[in-house]
Order: sequence, then C-alpha cells, then structure tokens
Amino acid sequence: MDSSTTPPIGAITTENAQLDVTLEQLKKLVSPRAFTGETMLLNMGPQHPSTHGVLRLLLELDGETVISCVPDIGFLHTGIEKTHEGKTYLKGVPLTDRTDYLAPMINNLAYCGAIEKLMGIEVPLRAQYIRVILAELTRMNSHLVWLGTHALDIGAMSMFLYCMREREDLLDVFELVSGARMMSSYFRPGGLWRDVPPAFFDLVKKVLDVFPARIIEYERLLKENPLWKERTIGVGVISKADALAFGMSGPSLRGSGVNYDVRKAFPYSSYDHFDFNVPLGSNGDVYDRYRCRLDEFPQSLRIIKQALDRLPEGPVMTDDRKIAPPPKHEIGTSMEALIHHFKLWTEGFSGPNADVYFAVESGKGEYGVYVHGDGGPKPRRLHFRAPSLCNLQALPRMAKGALIADLVGIVGSIDIVLGEVDR
Amino acid sequence: MSDSPLAQSLGDLITETRVFRDEVTLITTRERVVEVLTRLRDGEHFEVLTDLTAVDFHPAEPRFALVYLLTSLQRNMRVRIKCFLNGSERAAPTVSGVFASANWLEREVYDLFGIHFEGHPDLRRIVLPNDYVGHPLLKEVPVQVEEVSFTFNRRRIEAGKIFAGE
Repeated sequence: MDSSTTPPIGAITTENAQLDVTLEQLKKLVSPRAFTGETMLLNMGPQHPSTHGVLRLLLELDGETVISCVPDIGFLHTGIEKTHEGKTYLKGVPLTDRTDYLAPMINNLAYCGAIEKLMGIEVPLRAQYIRVILAELTRMNSHLVWLGTHALDIGAMSMFLYCMREREDLLDVFELVSGARMMSSYFRPGGLWRDVPPAFFDLVKKVLDVFPARIIEYERLLKENPLWKERTIGVGVISKADALAFGMSGPSLRGSGVNYDVRKAFPYSSYDHFDFNVPLGSNGDVYDRYRCRLDEFPQSLRIIKQALDRLPEGPVMTDDRKIAPPPKHEIGTSMEALIHHFKLWTEGFSGPNADVYFAVESGKGEYGVYVHGDGGPKPRRLHFRAPSLCNLQALPRMAKGALIADLVGIVGSIDIVLGEVDR
Repeated sequence: MSDSPLAQSLGDLITETRVFRDEVTLITTRERVVEVLTRLRDGEHFEVLTDLTAVDFHPAEPRFALVYLLTSLQRNMRVRIKCFLNGSERAAPTVSGVFASANWLEREVYDLFGIHFEGHPDLRRIVLPNDYVGHPLLKEVPVQVEEVSFTFNRRRIEAGKIFAGE
C-alpha cells in the first residue's frame, strides 16, 4: 500500500476492523470522529476480568474519556428458552438455575411461580415461607458476590475474601436442603422437593447471628472510605426518567430514587406477610447503587427472622396429585398413586393453551417468566425477562463521558450476570 | 371476556380483551401497536415496557404473536398488549421510539424469530453470531437434533459424530 492511500493511524478500515459489524452499521454506533482517527476504538473483553463474565464492550475513546460504548453480548447464549420447549414443565426446573447462576433459588421461584399460576394451583403456606427464607438467603448470596467483585474491580482487594468467606455459610444452607451448593433446583412446581431437615433451623439462626456484625464490618471498610467515595460518588449517573425508559429494575433502579420493588408492588409467595423496607438512593450514581444493595442485607435478615419465627407446620407440596408426585409410601399401596407417578414421570402434566407472566425480585431486579402453554405437557414458549439484560442496556448512557477506569466501576455497579443476559 | 376500563379508554384501537388468571391482555393490530403503547404511556401512566417477546404458533395462522408487557408503577398494575402477524409478513413497526428498553428486546426477537422491526435504529443480531444462518426459536427448528442412542443404532450414531474414530 503506498503512502498516499494509507489511512491515519487508528482509523477504521475494513482490514483492521474485526468488529463483527459492517462499516455501515458501525457508522450508526460511533461518532464520525472515529473514522478520521481522531478518537480510538478499543475492544474491552470478553475475557476482561472486570466484565463479570463474558461481556464485550466496544469503546470509542478520546484520550481516556469514553465517547461511546457498544456492548456486545451473546457469548454465553445457550438457547435455554428453546431447550425449555422440549422439556415438560417439571423437567424445566434445573435449566432455570443456569440463567442467573448466582441466584438459583430465586430463578426456581420465578419458574415454579409461573407454572403454578398457569396451572392455577395454590402452594401450602409452609412451602411459601421456606421459599421466602431461601430466596432472601439467595439474595444475600448474590449481593455478596457482587460486593466482593465490585470492590475488587475498584481496588478494595480484601472485600472479596470476606465476602467469599461469608458466602460459604449461605452455601452450606443450600447444600443442606438441596444437596447442591449452587445448582439447587430445590423448588418444584407445587411446592418444595421435600421438607427442610431439622438442622436447617440451626444453620439459618447461625446466619442471623453472625451477619449483622459482618455487615457493619463491610460498611466500615467502604462506606466512609474516602478512596471508595472518590471513585463512586457522581460516577455513572443515570436519571430517574432514563432508568425507567431503559426498563431498569432492582437496586440499579432504586439507586436513582424510583421506589419499585416487585416484592412490594406485586407481592408473591406471601411477601406481604412480612415487614421490610425498600432502601432508596437519590443520585443514581455508583455510590447510591452500592448503598441500596448494602442496605438490603439487614432487610433480608429481617424477613428471614420473621419467616422463621412464624413458620407454620404442614405440608410443603400441594395435594393436587395431577401436579405433585405422590409420596413413595403411597406408590406401594395405592393403584391411583402408582398411575399418577407413572403419568407424571413419563408424560408430565398438561397446561392450558394460555399465557401468564410471573415476576419476582431477584438480586438484580425484576426476574420474570413468561410462559405460553399449548395444551400439552410442554410449553409452547418460555421466555425469561432478564433484569441484567435491561440494566446492561442502560450502560452506554451511564458510560458516556466517563473515564475508562470508572467504566469498570459502572459495569460492576449494575450487577450483571452474563448467564442471564444471554440465556 | 370482560371489558376492562383500559380497553374502553383506548376504544377502537383494541380489537379484543382477554383475561386469564387476573392478567389483562389487550389485542390490537400491528399497525396500531405504536399508537396503543404511546397512549398507554402518556395517558394511562404505564411508564415501563417490562418485556417484549414473540410466540410462534406454527402451523396455525396468524403465526406470530408479539407480546408487550407494560407496567405502571404509579397505578401498580400490569397490562399485556398483543398483536398477531402472519407467517408471510414477519415485520412490525418498532416501538423503540416509545420505550428505549425495546431496542435490545426487539433485536432479540429479530435474532431468534426473524421478525423485522421497521424503523429500528440498530437492527442487528444480538445473542447469535453475525454469520449465523436461520432463527432458532422458529418451530421448524427441532429442539433435539441428535438421535437417541440405543444398542441397535449406537454404532451408526457414533460413526456419524464429529470426533468419531478418536
């Protein structure tokens, strides 16, 4: 190539642009200055540790300032929604663990809730309360991983170790009830797999005893830390109106001061029986989102304590034999139970030809399941409303004008899980 | 088939109201969906487009349903808007001008169902690679491609696998 046709250094040509987009599409995504070499296009991820998984960001930089940011997702796409179309309603539960893999119990709850709503069945109160306890523990688990990694991104190394240490206490509870630390699949359409073992109560009480002091420790490390405040206050601001327009939810939305929590607005699984507050921010910056999440720890503990104190006795599975598998002892003695058992594990139960939407408040935001039955035992369509996807969609707005070092903090502050974004 | 107050305020824009398990679904046509969503946002306080997806009813016609879920924080309620598309048209107007959150959700529907959104600012594939051929959530695409292996057909299936002979 002779010098007269050589483009300026850093300018985009078809040869150097390994961008997965055509030049025409790229023109709509970045400013015209990128094509003259005035600004630089830089690829961040998908293997970057601060992207919390495999998120790729195409950044247009002017010096260290982000001019535009184009997220590229899909590296973890596994076709979970399609796979659901080939599974009966009962067999779909383990797949939901794998969407937001930091909050499996909450995903189970959303899925089971959607199936229960579709079938029109009631879950026994004991099962609802146990679901609430485990969902709140899961929320704490999700927030702990977020707090550890978010602090690590910004440079507070020790946070990560403390958070992982505390997380073990929660994983022990999950392991006790379901046998698995992470992919629990403990909730089933109609109730729970089995009742909790007696040791469960001691373990949860231990969590309730230990955690309040630990949360104060976390706050001491970060809340008034001048370095932390310097890095987070006024960074990645998103206004109330923008946050709503982008469909953000969860602590990321509440950091902007919008009081929306699915547990309060559309209560499910007896959340209306418990007293708790929804922490709100006001500025919509990284610090307020951090405050909102951290303030949710004591509220979760409050809910768990109430649910534990008022836990009713009784069954943990609906007695509707068309949905709940019969107990083992009945199969040996009752012909009807044997038939139900056989039908459930071969064919499954059939849902109506209609659609429902059921949403729960996960650690990230509103996690919803839209299920459309086709009259048979498998759904015609099952769609996950992933909070991380909508929260991530607002990232370009928050990142605009930020420094590239702050971008790492902003990505951490919206708490995305790529398994859920891509599904 | 009760008529909700919402459907009455929208008048002719709504062709049918369905209620199932206390969830209200308003059915409209694809030409009117932008107007319905705008009116619900501005006049009825539905501030958030929570979800947007599609359903494939193959081989029935109309084949696709586009499903919009709106949430009102102020009135604490949800409403679902649906419009149906024939298998031959596979296109609908974009609502990304009404709700910014529709941008990626429409891209996902385009990616997985092949439904075009007219006027969309950036209609590219989102979760699948750019050189992917086809749209996997269509019902023509089988859920399970690999044959189930038994003793009588195991050899044949194994021989056809990519890493056969290793």
